[in-house]
Amino acid sequence: MNEETTHKIMDLTNLTLTELQTALQNGETTSTAVTEAMLERIVAIDNDIQSYLTLTDELALAQAQEADERRARGDDSPLLGIPLAVKDMICTEGVQTTAGSKILEGFVPPYDAFVVRKLREAGAVILGKTNTDEFAMGSSTENSAYVTTRNPWDLSRVPGGSSGGSAAAVAANLAYGALGTDTGGSVRQPAAFCGIVGLRPTYGRVSRWGVVAFASTLDQVGTFGRTVADCTAVFQTIAGHDPHDSTSLDVPVPDYEAALTGDIRGLRVGVPKEYFVEGIDAEVETAVRTAIDKLAELGAEIVEISLPHTEYALPVYYLIAPAEASSNLARYDGVRFGPRVAGVDMIDTVKKTRALFGPEVKRRIMLGTYALSAGYYDEYYGRALKARTLIKQDFLNTFDQVDVIVTPTTPTTAFKIGEIADDPLQMYLQDIFTLSVNLSASCGISVPCGFDSQGLPIGLQLIGNSLQEATILNAAYAYEQAANWTGAMAEQPL
Amino acid sequence: MDKYEAIIGLEIHAELMTKSKMFTGAPVVDSVEAEPNTAVSPLCLGMPGTLPVINKKAVEYALRVALALNCQINQDNIFARKNYFYPDLPKGYQISQYEEPIGVNGWLDVTVNDEMRRIRIRRVHMEEDTGKLTHVDDGTSLVDYNRAGVPLLEIVTEPDIHSGEEARAYAMKIRQILRYLGVNSGDMEKGVLRVEPNISIRPSGSAELGTRTELKNLNSFRVLADGTAYEIERQAKVLDAGDRVVQETRGWNEAKKRTFSQRVKEEAEDYRYFPEPDLPPLYISDEWIAAARAALPELPDAKAARYVNELDLSAYEAQVLAQERAVGEWFDTAVTAGGAPKSIAKWMINELFRLMNEHRQMIDRIQVTPQGLVELIALVDKGTINNNTAKDVLAEMFTSGQSPQEIVEAKGLAQISDEAALATAVTQILDDNPEMVARYLAGENKLRGWFVGQVMKATRGKANPGLVNQLLSQQLAER
Repeated sequence: MNEETTHKIMDLTNLTLTELQTALQNGETTSTAVTEAMLERIVAIDNDIQSYLTLTDELALAQAQEADERRARGDDSPLLGIPLAVKDMICTEGVQTTAGSKILEGFVPPYDAFVVRKLREAGAVILGKTNTDEFAMGSSTENSAYVTTRNPWDLSRVPGGSSGGSAAAVAANLAYGALGTDTGGSVRQPAAFCGIVGLRPTYGRVSRWGVVAFASTLDQVGTFGRTVADCTAVFQTIAGHDPHDSTSLDVPVPDYEAALTGDIRGLRVGVPKEYFVEGIDAEVETAVRTAIDKLAELGAEIVEISLPHTEYALPVYYLIAPAEASSNLARYDGVRFGPRVAGVDMIDTVKKTRALFGPEVKRRIMLGTYALSAGYYDEYYGRALKARTLIKQDFLNTFDQVDVIVTPTTPTTAFKIGEIADDPLQMYLQDIFTLSVNLSASCGISVPCGFDSQGLPIGLQLIGNSLQEATILNAAYAYEQAANWTGAMAEQPL
Repeated sequence: MDKYEAIIGLEIHAELMTKSKMFTGAPVVDSVEAEPNTAVSPLCLGMPGTLPVINKKAVEYALRVALALNCQINQDNIFARKNYFYPDLPKGYQISQYEEPIGVNGWLDVTVNDEMRRIRIRRVHMEEDTGKLTHVDDGTSLVDYNRAGVPLLEIVTEPDIHSGEEARAYAMKIRQILRYLGVNSGDMEKGVLRVEPNISIRPSGSAELGTRTELKNLNSFRVLADGTAYEIERQAKVLDAGDRVVQETRGWNEAKKRTFSQRVKEEAEDYRYFPEPDLPPLYISDEWIAAARAALPELPDAKAARYVNELDLSAYEAQVLAQERAVGEWFDTAVTAGGAPKSIAKWMINELFRLMNEHRQMIDRIQVTPQGLVELIALVDKGTINNNTAKDVLAEMFTSGQSPQEIVEAKGLAQISDEAALATAVTQILDDNPEMVARYLAGENKLRGWFVGQVMKATRGKANPGLVNQLLSQQLAER
């Protein structure tokens, strides 16, 4: 391609989602043009990043054309014509959905997830399905049965996980926004590693219908954006009640975009002492403390708080999540859908088919099966449920005193591919700051708050009470505008 | 006193006749008749990302049954996952109720050999049915998921049953109530109602429970009674021989009339029950319970008692008419329409049921209406037609659907009660048969019937028999 087109592509793909909204509204570009530009960029550089598992280029171009036609008819829906990426944990009608697993290779759902239907109705363009740790079990995408996604900031490092594909795609300007899923931190941790914004909404705020289940009481669809406003725009579209998900909350959806005022004067921000302890990287801690100072400068009131049951979050999570997973994953037997590995008889066939599960998935199925077994239930799963109640209570008590809790998103910045892949416990510790949000039915967001000395992004986590997404989005927005890291994010190595 | 005492508990699985399945909009179809795998949704197939939504109608039906079986209702209903693997179970778990079933501590009175016995009901809970697996000769297994996810009710007794006959009486009564409530067809051959006894025996007077066996795949009440009786005897022989009973699941061989071992349970199955995370607890409000209770139909026992106490029917008549809800309601409608209950009962039991049998029709399909029967009886009472004609008219009503009045008029069946006309007919017969009159007057009294017959013949059966008799007496006395 010649220099002029290269420049044009650069310009278009460099836009944030909200900038693109304006450009489309002003007729400065078309959805077809930006979709083509995105697809060209994906073809050009995603071989190095491996963020997409499936590219739906034909579908995307058809959707872009339809979006342009809708716009010509006067439609001005916020996501109309905007190219987005969808994590491969989320079912897409007519498009292969693998959950990063060989056991779903070639599975084409005959239905859309609720969130995908919402995106389609809004006229968004779906570029493809992004890589994930198998069944979202992991923090690096190294557990994907297909590829390991690379961090756009340093290709020798992981993008985080499990929604690493979506995070890397957004960070590398290969999508204007993306959907992920967050069961223990799978949106916020990769957002932090990739220097973008990632929101984990309150359980029940977004429908789980059509989202491949990992741990049913913890799973929630979240959104990625290069900016808080971008992340919010996608969230605004997918939030809401779904009668097909009995755990979906039937409460009105606020205007989140209108909540982004940048004014956080008087906001009570809690800093939990249990989150600044041994094991946290010094540069991460410094960046987060600096960010807290910035919040104070903006008029927030900083309060030291305590979440005394924090240390139990990790063991509780690793009992509850695998227990639910052991049941949720029992359906993958090759009988009704997905690949089937033929054996000598029915039972042998099922056994051979299930050998398609990867090692981490098998490990968690076994952990979970054990935790639910007769004689162990009370000691493990039963006790975990009780401890979960205590953790929830910690948060409820704290939200009497503060509006937002601020913590690092992760203890470290992105680690090297292979660095801890063989050490499941080290990998589990990646989620230590994020998983309390899932256990407590709070909501959380990760927003960039600087870089370490190696130039790797650091994430700031803001946690809100149940259904207080508007509060944390606005706090993140206020910080983002004041700290102005967004400019730095655009200067990417790719 | 018998050497051994049998201790039997019954588990009954009843599919609920809702339009759609327990947790998805896929239709409930006749799983014997329907083309395999045509009534399935992604949820029925356990596809990833599908989520259950509770069918309120199924809960309504379950509530009716629990109330009809005198259960306490749990208002906070928790669904649980029962985890086990089998290819006919699409999700690898069955959504069921474990710790908080919809109904507990109920009871049902049954009569066996004229003795009333109260069977306690431990629990009634909601769950979903599985698919059906068929093993083909070449080693292939075929699976049909039409039945997967059909609402299923499990009704479990305390071990209060002591014989095959009692088991049968209890199960039949459950079936009757389910049919009364309109929630289950009771068709055991199609498997929509499945009865599984747990049977153990112990030396009479002993307090300890013996090892139990479970009988499965019993497709009729007779097989339930025979299989249970056989199993009691078999266990007794095992104990008599000094052996021990093995805990196992046994089937019934109809040809050999005996049970056989299907699967030995070496240890208790571990279903790893845990609360279904996809379904929040279902709250059944006081209002909902009250509304369901108010909507319960009059149940068979209450109905039969009312027929005896208030309508003066015999116990036999009451029991026959209360057997099926549709029959009882047909009778009730007729009584409301103004007929004498006793007459209606006799006409239904003696004539209507005979016609229904002949034509193989259920009462809710017949053309005769309760009002029609009441009109027919009124015609007899008024003397418009006699009893024998009325039977013919009823048969005509049954096939044509016409009203009795229409039939009587169209066919000119109204009986002749015109005294002058009948007197002329009687005089004519006596005049034409002087020798018969002479024999009667000489004391051959039985000839009186012959004279009646002649008058009837002359009037083509329409003569009012009472009047004929009266006129005959008068005229013969004058000769």
